[in-house]
Amino acid sequence: MTSAAPARRLSAAGFLATLALGLAILFGAPHALDTFGLVQCTGFAALAMFGLSQGFVWGFAGVMCFGQAAFLGLGGYAYAVAVLNMGDSSVPVLLSILVPMLFAGLLGYFMFYGRISDAYIGVITLTVSVILFQLVNATSGSQYRIGVAELGGFNGIPAIPALNAPGHPDEPLDIEGIWYAAMGALILVYALLRGILASRLGRVVVAIRENETRAQLIGYDPRLYKLIAFMIAAGVAGLAGCLYANWGGFISPTVFALPMSAQVIIYVLVGGLGTLIGPMLGAVLIQALIIAAGSQSAVDSNLGLGLVLVGFVLLVPQGLVPVARSLGLRLLERRPRRVAGTAQDGLATGSAR
Amino acid sequence: MDLAGLLAFNVITGIATLVLITLGLGVIYGMMRIINLAHGEFMMLGAYTAVMASGAGVNIWIAMLVLPPLVVGAIGLILERTVIRFLYGRMMDTMLATWGISLGLIGLITTLYGNVVRGVSTPVGSFDIGRYGASLYSLVIVATALAALGAMFLVLRFTKFGLILRATMQNPRMAAALGVQPNRIYMATFALGAALAGLAGGVLAPISGVSPAMGAAYIARAFITVLGGGPAIVTGTGLASSLFGVINELVSFKTTPVIGDVALLVAAILLIRVLPQGITGRYLRRSL
Repeated sequence: MTSAAPARRLSAAGFLATLALGLAILFGAPHALDTFGLVQCTGFAALAMFGLSQGFVWGFAGVMCFGQAAFLGLGGYAYAVAVLNMGDSSVPVLLSILVPMLFAGLLGYFMFYGRISDAYIGVITLTVSVILFQLVNATSGSQYRIGVAELGGFNGIPAIPALNAPGHPDEPLDIEGIWYAAMGALILVYALLRGILASRLGRVVVAIRENETRAQLIGYDPRLYKLIAFMIAAGVAGLAGCLYANWGGFISPTVFALPMSAQVIIYVLVGGLGTLIGPMLGAVLIQALIIAAGSQSAVDSNLGLGLVLVGFVLLVPQGLVPVARSLGLRLLERRPRRVAGTAQDGLATGSAR
Repeated sequence: MDLAGLLAFNVITGIATLVLITLGLGVIYGMMRIINLAHGEFMMLGAYTAVMASGAGVNIWIAMLVLPPLVVGAIGLILERTVIRFLYGRMMDTMLATWGISLGLIGLITTLYGNVVRGVSTPVGSFDIGRYGASLYSLVIVATALAALGAMFLVLRFTKFGLILRATMQNPRMAAALGVQPNRIYMATFALGAALAGLAGGVLAPISGVSPAMGAAYIARAFITVLGGGPAIVTGTGLASSLFGVINELVSFKTTPVIGDVALLVAAILLIRVLPQGITGRYLRRSL
């Protein structure tokens, strides 16, 4: 009991601190950064949401999805195809969430109701993303089109219309507007996932991760709950794909490719498994590193990614945020009880979930 | 009639290719319960070994069939000693670590040799099936696959090393109590699996473009064939390759190779829904 109560209070404080930090970034960035910096941060926000989806399904539901990029890509392509056909962006955004969710529902039914082991789930999701990559890659030529949108094979779909205010397709958002949309969506999704985790559904999902047999004996159906968590994560990844397509105005089959799925796993692993803020921080950190590494051409960026992945698995398997949190908790417990309450606020950002 | 002959020939070649690319993965998974996500990159290293060796004037057959397994086996041994052995018993972590190795190898080869597609020419010509020409090299692939599968069976069934391997696979603690060092066996198994992947890469180098990312083209098929095959290495690989090879080639023939891969995946997911432990998890459980 000694550590549970401060940990819970710490986590609530961390949630509020993260929200406050997010809002500060949301409104502060357009003033502090130039246009290029703002565009870059929009990309970070999209990838942070992608990290969030992987962090949720892997860290909280314990589903080892190695092909999260499949849902990112499906979301991106669903948005691109729909918005090219419809003009107005409201329905396409919804489709970018729904299409990956439905696909995840179908795939998850076979995986979870087949009761295959965790490792097989990893392999099958990986395989699905590889095959989607090959499939979309092979769609060059004008015979592959959905409505007026040509899929374009390896070259992808260029000139995707940006988001617009609902009902006004002729007024697309400018760069600042897209930033507000992306970062705002990220904060909303984070709050939503925290809400889900605090609800009965989230508690059952975590209970199943902790001990599947016990949860089942109590009367919960692990297959159903894993499927639901898998679909939620797919929807989040799909929305991230929509933002990603908005960010560049362009989408190509590389969103389905293996490096994309590997990157998101590295975000989670570096940031911290079993946290929500970890994957977001990991995404920003790793992307900044990749951009820094990309500006020199001596070494391929895959080499760096691989070394980071192996290094973290061997040396810091729990990730940065949990390490920081346990350090924070240890500091808290060392202090006398009566000041523990006031000490939290200072530590909250470092150990927020 | 000619067409049927050609199709049958292609199906057999497809099955042999699947056997080749799956066997190394199957050995490591079957023996050690490690899903080696760097398998495709081991094949890529084998293919590069073949290209480099034949470019340096080594006899093409030695460059394809002998050097790749030796080189990649040695690389596998080094990686097992430096990374994998710290992670035994942690399945997820080994998958992540091998994925890191996979990315690292792609990056390393890209840095060293550039992101270009190379190739070696096939050392043999073609022959005719009725009105159609077929590559004689396909026969080399079939022969290599049969030889690899047969050798694997003979080693496991009739040698002392094979007996120890099977014993360690069944019950590592009991094997250790009887004087076997499971760590040594795991080391040898990982190197063997890597060598088989290298062989596959070397043999397939002439018929596929050799580039740093070539592994990704094979791993999807290799993984699902291992899952479909189940715990018995030789029988499982053989049966699953035959099943998936027929589906893949027939659908590819009717449509495109990409749709063929999709059909293969769909078949595998349906199969796993029915037989979660793979074919040999339910049938022929006592086979090798």
